[in-house]
Amino acid sequence: MKRAIWQFDFYNTKIDFLRWAKLAMGWSVAVLLIAVGSLLIRGMNLGLDFTGGTVIEVQYPHPVAIPEVRETLVKAGYGDAQTQHFGTSHDVLIRIPPREQMNAATLSNQVLTALQGAEGGTGVTLARAEFVGPQVGKELVEQGGLAALGALLGILVYVMFRFEWRLAVGTIAATVHDVLFTIGWFSLFQLDFDLTVLAAVLAVIGYSVNDTVVVLDRIRENFRKRRKGSVIEVMNLSINETLSRTTMTSLVTLLSVIVMYFFGGTVMRGFSIAMIVGIVVGTYSSIYIASASALYLGISREDLLPRAKETADDQP
Amino acid sequence: MPTPYSLNQYPWWKYLLIGLVMLWGLTFALPNLFGEDPAVQISGARANITVDAAFQNRVAALLDADKLPHQRLELDGDRLLIRFADTEEQLKAADILRDRLGRDYIVALNLASAAPGFLRAMGLNPMYLGLDLRGGVHFLMQVDMDATIKQVEDSYVEEIRAQLRSDKIQYSAVSRAGGGGVQVEFKDAAERDKAAQLLRKSLSGLQASEPGPLSLKFTLSEREIKEKRDFALQQNITTLRNRVNELGVAEPIIQQQGSDRIVVQLPGVQDTARAKEILGATATLEFRLADEENDWNQAAATGRAPLNSRLYKDRNGRPVLLQKRVMLTGDAIVDASSGIDQQNGGPTVFVSLDGKGAKRFEDATKDNIGKRMGVVFIENKTETKRVGDELKKTAYTVEEVINVATIRDRLGRRFQITGLDSTREARDLALLLRAGALVSPIEIIEERTIGPSAGKENIAQGFRAAAIALVVIAGFMTWRYKNFGMIATAALAANVVLLIAALSMLQATLTLPGIAGIVLTMGMAVDANVLIYERIREELRNGNSPQMAIHAGFERAFSTIIDSNVTTLIAAIMLFGFGTGPIKGFAVTLSIGIVTSMFTAVTGSRALVNLLYGGRKLQTLSV
Repeated sequence: MKRAIWQFDFYNTKIDFLRWAKLAMGWSVAVLLIAVGSLLIRGMNLGLDFTGGTVIEVQYPHPVAIPEVRETLVKAGYGDAQTQHFGTSHDVLIRIPPREQMNAATLSNQVLTALQGAEGGTGVTLARAEFVGPQVGKELVEQGGLAALGALLGILVYVMFRFEWRLAVGTIAATVHDVLFTIGWFSLFQLDFDLTVLAAVLAVIGYSVNDTVVVLDRIRENFRKRRKGSVIEVMNLSINETLSRTTMTSLVTLLSVIVMYFFGGTVMRGFSIAMIVGIVVGTYSSIYIASASALYLGISREDLLPRAKETADDQP
Repeated sequence: MPTPYSLNQYPWWKYLLIGLVMLWGLTFALPNLFGEDPAVQISGARANITVDAAFQNRVAALLDADKLPHQRLELDGDRLLIRFADTEEQLKAADILRDRLGRDYIVALNLASAAPGFLRAMGLNPMYLGLDLRGGVHFLMQVDMDATIKQVEDSYVEEIRAQLRSDKIQYSAVSRAGGGGVQVEFKDAAERDKAAQLLRKSLSGLQASEPGPLSLKFTLSEREIKEKRDFALQQNITTLRNRVNELGVAEPIIQQQGSDRIVVQLPGVQDTARAKEILGATATLEFRLADEENDWNQAAATGRAPLNSRLYKDRNGRPVLLQKRVMLTGDAIVDASSGIDQQNGGPTVFVSLDGKGAKRFEDATKDNIGKRMGVVFIENKTETKRVGDELKKTAYTVEEVINVATIRDRLGRRFQITGLDSTREARDLALLLRAGALVSPIEIIEERTIGPSAGKENIAQGFRAAAIALVVIAGFMTWRYKNFGMIATAALAANVVLLIAALSMLQATLTLPGIAGIVLTMGMAVDANVLIYERIREELRNGNSPQMAIHAGFERAFSTIIDSNVTTLIAAIMLFGFGTGPIKGFAVTLSIGIVTSMFTAVTGSRALVNLLYGGRKLQTLSV
């Protein structure tokens, strides 16, 4: 049976992936430098969850122009407010930076009253109002960082225990690569980084490792099964053998996230973008970064040969 | 080596097990199919106001009199539930009922499960929707712990002064020390030594030190600081719970978060300003002697209190006449807890006063042994009302007598209130005494309001995305793996059912990120099937017979599936551990989804494959 390439059937491929390992490493380092550079220079466009302040989402019964809303707000004394359309031309998102001695209790009500009182403002309704104090944001960043570190550490230990330390380091390198890439993407394009995006970044860790572990599993199996062939050859073979699965799983997960991007509503946009970016680089990194890192760390066949008691299972 | 015919067959009990698990899943997921009705929930504002069949008839008559269309009334324990066809009727009825029933009843908006009665009787409920899906207000409040500790130290300053004065020990100053603790300065060393002897004994809970030749310092121990902080937090939670009750919210959440924060979630509430007014009300207590010379009922009938007395009502609405002179105010109370009286075994409340308050109270009670004393609970509230075009803020106080007891002895630092009818009454009284005592200041540090239409939109979009993702994945898998793709789709559908069942059973909060977790799990759940099917294809290419390929495919893919799922689970559990609010919702669905997907994608789809292909002679395989 012969299948076309668009059926993602890569079982007879013999691509020499690791021939381009150096090139891929170079490319990854360059991209990561851009990501880190952007993080240092442009920083993150942190959402309300992290910066503190007030966000008010109002709904007009008719389309409304942003300058009009802006003018009303300036008149009401909110010159520092940012306004933008949110989803449709009926919906307006207003951000007000944290203020000294801000009375959160009345702020959203005051803004709403001001908008309702303005010309063409009858029927304006409040869809969502959020206020976050400045002390909350700092903790969220801390907790997010701790969660990411904890996840990485847990995975490192698990992979070390189940596989081998070089492969564990390779896995972590691939995962850190994916996380940095995703965060860098948000920094470079100045996308809103809020709490749900942070959740997506942590989910990317899970996904990226999942993808990598499947390749590692096959590398281990092939090392044990085949007695000949260099390390590079075995790795290449393993990557080729799992290529169908890698593309298939990535595509299915990608599809569900893309569906979420288009149909999940505006709140889930950031989450979906982070997942889409994460899945794409996660697929790339599980092919290149993880195995290539282990290769450069000097992994050999002996490192993965079964310990005495496991031999029986593998040799039928 | 087993023969191809004996391969790929499950023993009967495995099919039975899978069948039972699916039956469980379908049963628990079932209530979610019926959706929810807008409803009004009525409960008694106080313990002695009962909601019973007679009350149900009264409400039905009220509704009929005002021609309010409603669906049905149900008594559910001590609350009455009235269902409506739409939210408009619900809001109208709630306004009218609130007006007609007055302050004795709490009228709250609610969403009631529309599942048939027998399902609810079995304890089966639909998933609990988070605020972002049902609309409402979320507050995160922080208790000012520095102020709490300051208050405690201030009370020790008072106490030390009082003790030194009563023992006639000369001192020059007592004040809070800069770095925490209380410092006492003396003019000569002999007086200091006398004071040290006395205070070390009476303040044994404090750590004493001697920073200089003429000074003494007392600091709170770590344990006591922790106790005071916990107490301050619990006290605030108690107070907030009382306030929320009167706000009329059907399923409020008031929870501790971390060591000094409180989360308050009020589903269905839109008016944040009113919510904050009620939550922010302050309460005080006053102890007053009863007026024994005049007839209380007579005073109530005329509505006029005699000179030097004031007319109050108790919690059951009965008149109480108390003297105008205040014996003690609530800020003197350090602690109040309910318990059992050692002597007669009846319910009782233990009250502790600070040093200054104890002295005052001793003086006030020693000449009045045998007389009665009332405790008045005073709440200061503000209410915003629309007067014409203007919003007007009015402040008002609500005063209520929460207890009348006879003074049996001279009352000092610690005393008990006995003669209470039930342990519940004792608990309520202790809560109110605490609520009226000195409350640590709290500040709102996070506030989120989600409009009801925004909530509805979120849930509609979330479910649409999940449904579309399910269809897309099903199509993709079937196109790629033919019959086996359909089996994977069936396993995926089973996974969604089990996930919803688990969320319904645990009553875990479903949030919008939680729905994202479900969608993501669907994508990742088929990964196990992809791994197995690719393995089967490989085995076929290696020249194995179809039965052998199926067998080997499932066996060999298994360890890979375990490894990849465990690593994802590690990440999900970390998310759960460190995340708050919406992130937690995402972590919960992701973790449960990973576990259920292992069952459905491996065991479930294997069972289907075995049923369809097992024990048969196969030439080719549609994979």
